[in-house]
Amino acid sequence: MSRDFTIKIKTVSELEAFRKRILNDLKKARVVLTLCGGTGCQASRSEAVSTAVKDELIKQGMDENVHVRVTGCHGFCEQGPLCVIEPGNTLYCNVLPDDAREIVTKTVRDGEVVERLLYTDPVSGKTIQTESEIPFYRAQDRQLLAQNRQVDPCSIEDYIAIGGYSALAKTLFEMAPKAVIREIEASCLRGRGGGGFPTGLKWAKCREAPSDEKYVICNADEGDPGAYMDRCVLEGNPHLVLEGMMIGAWAIGAREGIIYVRNEYPLAVKHTRIAVQQARDLGLLGEDILGSSWSFDVEISRGGGAFVCGESTALMASLEGKVGEPRPKDVHTVVDGLWHKPTTLNNVETWANVPSIILNGSARFASKGSNGSKGTKIFALTGHIKSTGLVEVAMGTPISKVLFDIGGGPANGIPIKAVQTGGPSGGCLPADKFYLPLDFDALAEAGSMMGSGGMVVMDEGTCMVDVAKYFLTFLQDESCGKCVPCRLGIDRMLEIITDITEGRGKSQQISLLEELGHTISQTALCGLGKTAANPVLSTLRYFRDEYEAHISKEECPAGVCEALITYEIDPEKCTYCGVCKLACPYEAIMGAKEEVHTIDLQLCQKCGICRSECKFEAVQIN
Amino acid sequence: MLPLRLDSILEGRRSQPHQLIEVLQDVQEQEGYISEEAMRAISNELGVPPMEVYRVASFYKAFSMQPRGKNVITMCMGTACHVRGAKLLLSQATGLLGVNSGETTDDGLFSIEQVNCLGTCALGPVVTENGACHHHMNPSKLRKLIKSIRRAGMEETSDE
Ligand SMILES: Cc1cc2nc3c(=O)[nH]c(=O)nc-3n(C[C@H](O)[C@H](O)[C@H](O)COP(=O)(O)O)c2cc1C
Ligand code: FES
Repeated sequence: MSRDFTIKIKTVSELEAFRKRILNDLKKARVVLTLCGGTGCQASRSEAVSTAVKDELIKQGMDENVHVRVTGCHGFCEQGPLCVIEPGNTLYCNVLPDDAREIVTKTVRDGEVVERLLYTDPVSGKTIQTESEIPFYRAQDRQLLAQNRQVDPCSIEDYIAIGGYSALAKTLFEMAPKAVIREIEASCLRGRGGGGFPTGLKWAKCREAPSDEKYVICNADEGDPGAYMDRCVLEGNPHLVLEGMMIGAWAIGAREGIIYVRNEYPLAVKHTRIAVQQARDLGLLGEDILGSSWSFDVEISRGGGAFVCGESTALMASLEGKVGEPRPKDVHTVVDGLWHKPTTLNNVETWANVPSIILNGSARFASKGSNGSKGTKIFALTGHIKSTGLVEVAMGTPISKVLFDIGGGPANGIPIKAVQTGGPSGGCLPADKFYLPLDFDALAEAGSMMGSGGMVVMDEGTCMVDVAKYFLTFLQDESCGKCVPCRLGIDRMLEIITDITEGRGKSQQISLLEELGHTISQTALCGLGKTAANPVLSTLRYFRDEYEAHISKEECPAGVCEALITYEIDPEKCTYCGVCKLACPYEAIMGAKEEVHTIDLQLCQKCGICRSECKFEAVQIN
Repeated sequence: MLPLRLDSILEGRRSQPHQLIEVLQDVQEQEGYISEEAMRAISNELGVPPMEVYRVASFYKAFSMQPRGKNVITMCMGTACHVRGAKLLLSQATGLLGVNSGETTDDGLFSIEQVNCLGTCALGPVVTENGACHHHMNPSKLRKLIKSIRRAGMEETSDE
């Protein structure tokens, strides 16, 4: 919904007047009904819900004084579609289009609560009415994520209403570029894209680089499979990222910005495009912004779906229309970046933190977090955990707090074995390391990585050798092939791991894996290769016994590695229901009606579908 | 005159080699794949050697060089979906349709593809069917999905 703005905001006082008008308009609403329309909730048909709610409001003649706001992701994706009603902070979960009538009649009109739509706490079994009381939300510190619920991402008015673009105004009229950089340095903000590089230092170096053409880039490539924080921030609050980029551009002296966004995120692409257009229409992007005589504009570029393109030099090659191969960084991109010009590349979440640091001061930002890692960080909590979703906590929060207080513990009653952080560059930490704080340095010391914030929880049913193999397969596929250590090294490591998972492993191969891993780390060209061995090295460090079982006993303790297991149907438990027979894609299951079913081991491909389908746990692994 | 409907895509981008990936994205979206014909046209219009167009088109996962089936079933193989059984779903799809990932069934009705993450990791495992997302998938839900698409496809052909 992009609209034509007839007015342009040309000064700071005009911005303030505009804000006042919007706030006055918003006050007219008696009730605000917020519906999550993020990618997750959309997958659960949230669009149909919002249409139904709007229709119902019109039908009951209440559309005038009820404000319906469709927002980006609230983070509690598992319970979506979500609906929050103010005043009262009432949260409804798993809302269906058919619920619209009851919500409008009971809650909006009569102020009553619809009990059956409330969240049920899995621990106590009791329903909880307000969002703020739910353990998943209560234990978080949602500095960035909370804004997602307050703005319609396609409405620049909503963003301005919550104070948007005041940090930009402050920057342009009250702060010299150097003062902006000093403020960011004082906040100790470190890059959220994985490396944790000090943002202020990066900006200072880029400012110093001599050139009259410079660029700022937002890295929204989010290549880590299993992480979606950046998607959620960009999709849910694109103006926040834009404002951060504008402040950074002013500080380093850039007049052009680019948002490099993953094409697998169509909604993020759409919302970012709308946001840029709206900012242009209002005059917040373009020439002479707010009458400061400073000009800046942003373009959007869609990624081609290559993991390596998240790396700075590969990303810039890709923006130039080339194959995304990294280059040696003897001269840093802050000096020699896009089109050989000084370039500042930051992650979505890094940019998103900037406006509030400028507006509220570095001290407030730095008051949260641990010694070396300040502020809050968003994590994507996924896998075998009860409450999956996006979690924002102060850095330094122990892993266990995220897993158990916020995440509610294991999903299926099977104990949690490990948590994987940092994606393909990170590692797996075992349960006895869950006391560790979530900060850059502690995680790196333990052999994993903060990465961009993915946290994949794995229970006892997961084979850690298989996990290592999964990441190597991913990395082999994603390695651009330019440098030898990465291309051949990952290949060779995968070959060895495959041997191990298929029962051909030898004990001396473990030390060979370690040696190869260290060699690749030291000699690869870019970050992809340098960290490629982490998933193997960390599982070797903490789950060596699993490797040894595969090698010496030819056994997969978790019962995952296909070559080392066989499936069998327990005749005592089989009820002849025939579900497994129907499900098997390879027609490997025999048995007539009223007859115990059996698996033909010759035909069985060990896909495990029969086991996942059997309701009587009759299919067993040997 | 262009052999394909590329005019609107190329509008404002001609002779700008750095627009190559953006142009390919739009062609992929519009045509479903990047044909040799399209690559030649793009090469001419942007001023990029044909070899470079091919190199870029084959480097990025977003581009397919072959026409795809009417229904593209995309399996997320990302970490979050992997630990929740994405492999089972892939086996189910390939077993049921008799083609591997990256291939299209003979009747042109289905293609199976893989993706590294769709950003709905909390709802995994996730499968999309022509872009529509199906979450918390399991083999039986996938079987039903494929069957219903097949049925719809048959009804369509018998209507013709
Ligand atoms: C293989 C590889 C993939 C990467 N992928 C991403 C990514 O998807 N998103 C991101 O922000 N940074 C990614 N990075 C890190 C970037 O190179 C860069 O450090 C970061 O974008 C800088 O921003 P920051 O300082 O704000 O973190 C990746 C690095 C490597 C080596
Ligand atoms: S891992 Fe499947 S959607 Fe992210």
